[in-house]
Parts: sequence; C-alpha cells; structure tokens
Amino acid sequence: MSFPNPTTSVKLVLLGEAAVGKSSLVLRFVSNEFQENKEPTIGAAFLTQKCTIGSKVIKYEIWDTAGQERFASLAPMYYRNAQAAIVVYDITKPASFIKARHWVKELHEQASKDITIALVGNKYDLVKNDSGEEDDSENSLRKVSIEEGQNLADEEGILFFETSAKDGFNVNEVFIGIGNHIPESNNNSNNPLGGNSNGNNEGRIDLTSNANNINRSGGGECAC
Amino acid sequence: MDENYDVIVLGTGLTECVLSGILSVEGKKVLHIDRQDFYGGESASLNLSQLYKKFKPSAQKPEFLTGRDRDWCVDLIPKFLMSNGELTNILVHTDVTRYIEFKQIGGSYVYRSGRIAKVPANESEAIRSSLMGIFEKRRMKRFLDFIAKYDDDDVSTHQGFDLDKNTMDEIYTYFGLESGTKDFIGHAMALWSTDHYLTEVARPTYERIMLYVQSVAKYGKSPYIYPLYGLGELPQGFARLSAIYGGTYMLDTPIDEVLYTDDGKFAGVVTKEGTAKAPIVIADPTYFPDKVKKVGSRVIRAMCILDHPIAGTSDLDSVQLIIPQNQVGRKHDIYIAVLSDVHCVVPKGYYLAIVSTIIETETPHVELEPAFKLLGERLDTLMGIADLYEPSTDGTDSNIFISKSYDASSHFESTTDDIKDIYFRVTGKPLVLQQRTTVEEEQALNGL
Repeated sequence: MSFPNPTTSVKLVLLGEAAVGKSSLVLRFVSNEFQENKEPTIGAAFLTQKCTIGSKVIKYEIWDTAGQERFASLAPMYYRNAQAAIVVYDITKPASFIKARHWVKELHEQASKDITIALVGNKYDLVKNDSGEEDDSENSLRKVSIEEGQNLADEEGILFFETSAKDGFNVNEVFIGIGNHIPESNNNSNNPLGGNSNGNNEGRIDLTSNANNINRSGGGECAC
Repeated sequence: MDENYDVIVLGTGLTECVLSGILSVEGKKVLHIDRQDFYGGESASLNLSQLYKKFKPSAQKPEFLTGRDRDWCVDLIPKFLMSNGELTNILVHTDVTRYIEFKQIGGSYVYRSGRIAKVPANESEAIRSSLMGIFEKRRMKRFLDFIAKYDDDDVSTHQGFDLDKNTMDEIYTYFGLESGTKDFIGHAMALWSTDHYLTEVARPTYERIMLYVQSVAKYGKSPYIYPLYGLGELPQGFARLSAIYGGTYMLDTPIDEVLYTDDGKFAGVVTKEGTAKAPIVIADPTYFPDKVKKVGSRVIRAMCILDHPIAGTSDLDSVQLIIPQNQVGRKHDIYIAVLSDVHCVVPKGYYLAIVSTIIETETPHVELEPAFKLLGERLDTLMGIADLYEPSTDGTDSNIFISKSYDASSHFESTTDDIKDIYFRVTGKPLVLQQRTTVEEEQALNGL
C-alpha cells in the first residue's frame, strides 16, 4: 500500500474522582509508563496519541480535567464536541464508583448525544495475588464487583473495562474499543479542534500561522 | 481547606482569567474563585435559560425559540477580537488557541446618510465603494499612504507633521478630507466612539488606523475574528491554562469574609470550603464594591433575536455595523454586532444582533431606535443597563488589585491594556509574553 491510512482526530475527555488514575491511564497509553505516587495533574493536560485499528488510524486528542473537577468547576468547553469519554473509577473505592455514575449522567446532559463512553474500573493490580490471579479471598481489596461495573455499563449502553494503569493490563484495549465503537460517519463532523482534512472547517482560521491561512472546505483533501 | 496561595483571584471574567493563566504559567500558586456557578462573570456567554433568568426574571423563556438551551451562547458584552490585536497575541503566545476555534467576522459596515455601506476591506473594494466620490477617493488614498509610510525615524515621511504635537483635525485638513470621510476614518477605522480625538494629538489615532489596516490585511473580510460558541470561551480557555499549570478552581463559591492584616493589607478569604490565605488578590469590581468608583458613563446593551440577516449586508453571517454619532445627532456611536449559527452562538435559522452605546438621555431605550430600524423585525429583545466601574486606588497599598468594567468599545484593546497594567502593578515588571512549550515538549515533560 502506498497510500497512508486516513487519520481521524477524536477529542477524548477523561472524567472521574480525584486519584482514581485518570492521568496514569493516559500516561500508560501514550508513553507506556507508570509513575508511582504521581502528583495531581499539573502542566500537561493535552496529549495526543495515534492508534491504528484495522485500516483506520485514530489520533486521540486527550483532554485531562487539569484538576478542575475537584470543586465541580469543569467548564462547558471541556465537554464541547468531545467524541469519546473515559469515566474512571477505582475498583477498591466504592465512593469513586458512585461518582462515576454521576459523571456518566453529566456526560449525557452536557456532551453530544453520539459520544462514545467507556466506563473503566482501574487499579486491577491491587486485587491480584502473587501468582497474577484475582485474589478472591476475604482479604481482597476489591470493593466494586465486576458485575456492578458491567451492569452500570449495560444500563447506560456504554463500554466497560477493568484495567491496571500500573502494569498496563487492558489499557490499550480501552482505546481500541473506543476507536472501534466511534461511528465512522461522525468522525469528521463537529470537531473544531480536530485536525481533520475534510470537516466543516469553512472560514476557520489558524491564528498561529501568519497570513491568509484560511481552511477552506474540502481544501487539501486527499480523495484517492 | 486551610491552604496558602501566592495569589487569590476573584471572578472569572476575561481579565481575571488571563491574569490567572499567565501567573500560573509563571509558577505562582493561584486560587481562582467565582461566586457564580458558571465561568466568565460579566464576560460570559449565556445559554437561553441563563439569559432569560438574567434579563426577564419574571418571564419564562419563550416557547417560540427552538433549539437546545446550550445551542444559545449570548455574549453579555458585545466585542470582537482585532485579528492583529493584543488579545490575539496573548492567545497565540499562551497557546490557548489550542482550546478555541476562531472564524472571521464577515464584514464591517457603517451607517451614512440614511443607509449602510460596507467599509472597504481592500483597495479594489475601496475603488468600488459608494462611500466616497472619485476625487475624495484620491484624497483618501493620499491620506492612507501617509499613514502607511509614516516612519518615526525618517523625517521625509512626516510631511511636516509630528504625530505627538499635531492634532488629527490638522492632518485631515491638510489632506482636504470631507467630514463624511473623517467620520469614516475616525469611527469605522480608528474605532473612536466620540469626536474628542479630533482635537487631540494624532498618535493614538495613527496607531488605531494601523491596527485596523493590519488586522484587515491578516485574513481579508474584516479586521475581526470571533470564537466559535461565543466570547465566553475566552475566559474558559485561560482558566484551563491556569488549571493545567496548577491553578485551583472553585465556582459557585461566595466569599463569606475578606481577611486583612493589622496594617490593612489583604490576607485571605473565607468561603464554604474554609480559609484560604494569600498576600495578593486580583478581583473584578463586584467583589470590592467599596474600593471602586463609577466611571460616570453608563452603557445600554440590547440583545436582539432575529430570524433574518440585516438588510443591505449581502446576507452575511456576521457583521459589525457602526452608526457614527453625528449621523444620528448623538455624541457616542451606536455599535451593532451581528452573529449567527456559523459562529455556533444560535441555532440554525436565527441571528443575534447585540446593540450597544453610551447612554446620553433619560430614555436610553429610545436612543437605540436608529439601530432597531436597521435590524428590521425582532423576535425578542432583552435590554440591560450597566454602570462602568474602575478601582479607586492602584491597589499597591492594600495588595488588592481590581480590574475595570468592560467598556463600550467594539474590541478588546482596552481590556488587554488593563490586563497589562494590573500585571505590572502585581509583579512590578512589564508583561513579556513567551511562547509556551510545544505539545511534544509538554509530552516529554509529562514523562519526567
């Protein structure tokens, strides 16, 4: 194949209670790293990562909350034109699961109605025993069962995963799952921040370039 | 939440958010509070419910207006950004352009002798313009050549004038310009809202004309750009910048008490979340009503909901329309900002026209009549009158730094002047904008 696959930009927003591992999940996905005792998010809240799924390439533009969720102060801008959202909770913290329900509801109210949402129970590593199996003894740290997570996801009609940002378990699967689920026809519409080649960009201007740089509809589109 | 900060910022208007963002990027620990449950304060864009709650509290939002609540983003303060203006510069340097998309405003129009005419955006439009006769066009061209070629260091370009000594009227007279042309230059290009500038030195007018010309040259249709989803995106974008660099945000949090040191300096605030301390506070005028004074003039603003574009504007999706004061026997110009679904501020099929001027009489709504005539039939009109405030001291004695109200001008140049002025008073140094690190650098940073 001599032609590169078309790249689709997808704005993906992260939601969830503080310290459930939102940033760690993204860091694992973007750079395959994990930081123990990571400080609350500072300084980097706009990450991009390409993800190849079959014949299509998705460029995720990942928006972190930048801590603005702490006092319920997320701006409408955050949800604007988001095509995907990951709602994260900590499977060892029941309160974070209750909060996850709240965020799913918030997304239904604030975000566009065709948004793809994934519910993610993180910190699976905490419920594994030394041999890598899930510890189903009474001592298990798990407080939210896999069934509870799955039931919520089923009720809301959204995707569901359990992950470990620490050891990487199931993390890529979340982003691939979202990529598979995003409706093809909507990839290029209503995404002002996506670098789409053929979206409705007529008259949009790029302030960072110097002059006469107006994106015209259909301009530069590769129709081959 | 007993915590210490470097700076507490009260109010999430544009001025406060830009300062909060810049100070956070510089490493200051910022706590940013708003008593309201939405971003933007006086510079917010309201959805339909918020809009009617504010301006017609007794009335329900009308049934005849369609679309979802959040499809409406109605600016409280009608302004556009100059493409080459200082706010654009700040947006680019702070990389807040990452979060906000902009489109041009389709055209700039001026009212003259009972009808409206397009302000020429380039030379060929100027030649075809109905605003001037053929001889006047030549005089105008000579004047604009003078402005474009004027070089402080080259006396031969001065044509005997000194921009810091000669008045604008003297320069107009030299070029033999008609009064209508002066109106056009002073009000539609230099964007003065009164004729006071005529008898003042020419320098500020020269700079304003240059800003206009350079802004038009940048993208072509008009000197203005505008953010999709309304001006309220601007404070949100800078608030996000601040948060990314560690700023803490608390909306819906009224200030229960302001704390002072024994010698009367700012010490902190008490809210429902607890006590927060900082040596410095930056606030909009509503947070310190006893430390501000009225500027004297009041502004009337009318948000008009239409289902049609403005007659005579070639059905453009967005327009600025200026009614120069002496065309309608006033002392202050009337501004009309027209927007549509192209800028995502109303649902498809609607147009929003925001009319504003400085009040001159006891019946301010009547003063807007010349504008209403140009708009044609209105589906609804919401009016508000605002006093303009400024701080009564520079704040250095109390460490309480208060911003000015958003004025009646059609752009943000006075707002960015205020931002720079407050920055200087707070930090003791002039604001120098540095380019933020690139996405790649930031990603590398994140991995550390």
